[in-house]
Amino acid sequence: MSFLHDLGRSTLQKVSSVGASSIMLFGALFAFPKWKNIKLTIEQMYVVGVQSLLIIMVSGLFIGMVMALQGYTILVNYGAEGSLGPMVALSILRELGPVVTALLFAGRAGSALTAEIGLMKATEQLSSLEMMAVDPLRRVISPRFWAGVISMPMLALIFSAVGILGGHVVGVDWLGVDSGSYWSIMQSTVEWNKDVVNGVIKSIVFALVVVWIALYKGYSCIPTSEGISKATTQTVVFSSLSILGLDFVLTALMFGIS
Amino acid sequence: MVCIVSKKMSEHIVSVKNMTFSRAERVIYDGISLEVKTGKITAIMGPSGIGKTTLLKLIGGQLTPDKGSVIFQGEDVHGVSRNRLYELRRKMSMLFQSGALFTNMSVFDNVAFPLREHTKLDEDIIRTVVMLKLEAVGLRGAAHLQPSELSGGMARRAALARAIALDPDLIMYDEPFAGQDPISMGVLVELIKSLSKALNVTSIVVTHDVSEVLTIADYVYILANKKIIGEGTPEQIKDSESELVQQFLNGNADGPVPFHFPADNISDSLIGAKA
Repeated sequence: MSFLHDLGRSTLQKVSSVGASSIMLFGALFAFPKWKNIKLTIEQMYVVGVQSLLIIMVSGLFIGMVMALQGYTILVNYGAEGSLGPMVALSILRELGPVVTALLFAGRAGSALTAEIGLMKATEQLSSLEMMAVDPLRRVISPRFWAGVISMPMLALIFSAVGILGGHVVGVDWLGVDSGSYWSIMQSTVEWNKDVVNGVIKSIVFALVVVWIALYKGYSCIPTSEGISKATTQTVVFSSLSILGLDFVLTALMFGIS
Repeated sequence: MVCIVSKKMSEHIVSVKNMTFSRAERVIYDGISLEVKTGKITAIMGPSGIGKTTLLKLIGGQLTPDKGSVIFQGEDVHGVSRNRLYELRRKMSMLFQSGALFTNMSVFDNVAFPLREHTKLDEDIIRTVVMLKLEAVGLRGAAHLQPSELSGGMARRAALARAIALDPDLIMYDEPFAGQDPISMGVLVELIKSLSKALNVTSIVVTHDVSEVLTIADYVYILANKKIIGEGTPEQIKDSESELVQQFLNGNADGPVPFHFPADNISDSLIGAKA
């Protein structure tokens, strides 16, 4: 009996937290068109976007370099090292750019958002906003939500661009692949809609999910030190798993049936 | 008739009617009723951990009672629309125990925050108002400081300046004296008294500091065991015959509120008892 009891209770809790997080999402979505919020959103874009640039660019550079190195050692066996450009570009634009950016974003900005909002809750700043008749969804959640959703696709594009340049550094400058074929085969292979746009769509979806999880976990955390630490961990774990799972679904939809 | 109703409304700014509230299956309040007279200082006292802060959150509409209602200026706080609730909240303000200053803003911006959010005043006028409010709590010189640079007592005073920025009708103080040294405590007692008189606001002070609050309160409620166990003017409370009230006022270790947390018989839990 107590097993059934627990099962029922935990199911109810899960369902109600889905409901609560949806309410929060809608609150954040529809609180956008206020002039004051745009200013706050730009401030937050600096925090979650611009301040994540360094880690995104460094990771992009190294991933591009590793891709070129690994790709070269295989392709050179078949005399196909000229295809290094499209190989690096396609794998980064379609997969690694959006996915790794989202994972890094979850670790760098998502956890920070959860901790910040959790601490605002613990120090009663959210309560005091409410008592001052200022809606925290509008004032705190919505700007951070939109800042994340706008910043992440841009970060993913920057990641991809730096990665392709990193591939060039290793493939062309170091291993001696012809620079002309690196760029020209890449240009003729990579399609705008199929590869670039799909990559951006992926990263918009990842951004929605990561920011939503991060904000909801912070907003609903138990306002103690253990509660915040648990919420921060959950943000990173849940976002990473959702990113990887969703990536499979999106890849199947975008590239699987052709 | 209308006249009588409006007079009644203005007599009690807040009425809590037969309210029951529980959290995670633990009953916090079991059908309590209390009334707060307009323009007076009402103290709500009780041991720690009985949910005095919860009561303020219920009055402010942040929590919803299971049963009963809270009437603020003639309107049911939990029955009105969300927009109306936000309008009502502009007339009440709350001083949180931690101060709850926004840590990313200076003291000046903290006090200016409600003005900037809710009014369309020029920056010049906002500056004047903020300086007046800070002067009232004696922190005009600290306007440029960050909240992290303030002492606990100063943070609470800065939060008080923010709480009175919009000239509310009701200020709710959540444990204003907890963790304060005697000087800051004296300052806060004086401030609550003088603000109440000067601005003619109603104050609800939730606290367990008996001696301080009895000097300034006009009416006192004592909460314990999910109910109101005593009420009256400070004199009536001091003369109360209730053992529970006397234990609370005198700080006796044992009495109706037991020293021991409920447990089984001690001889059963000592070494060798199981053998």
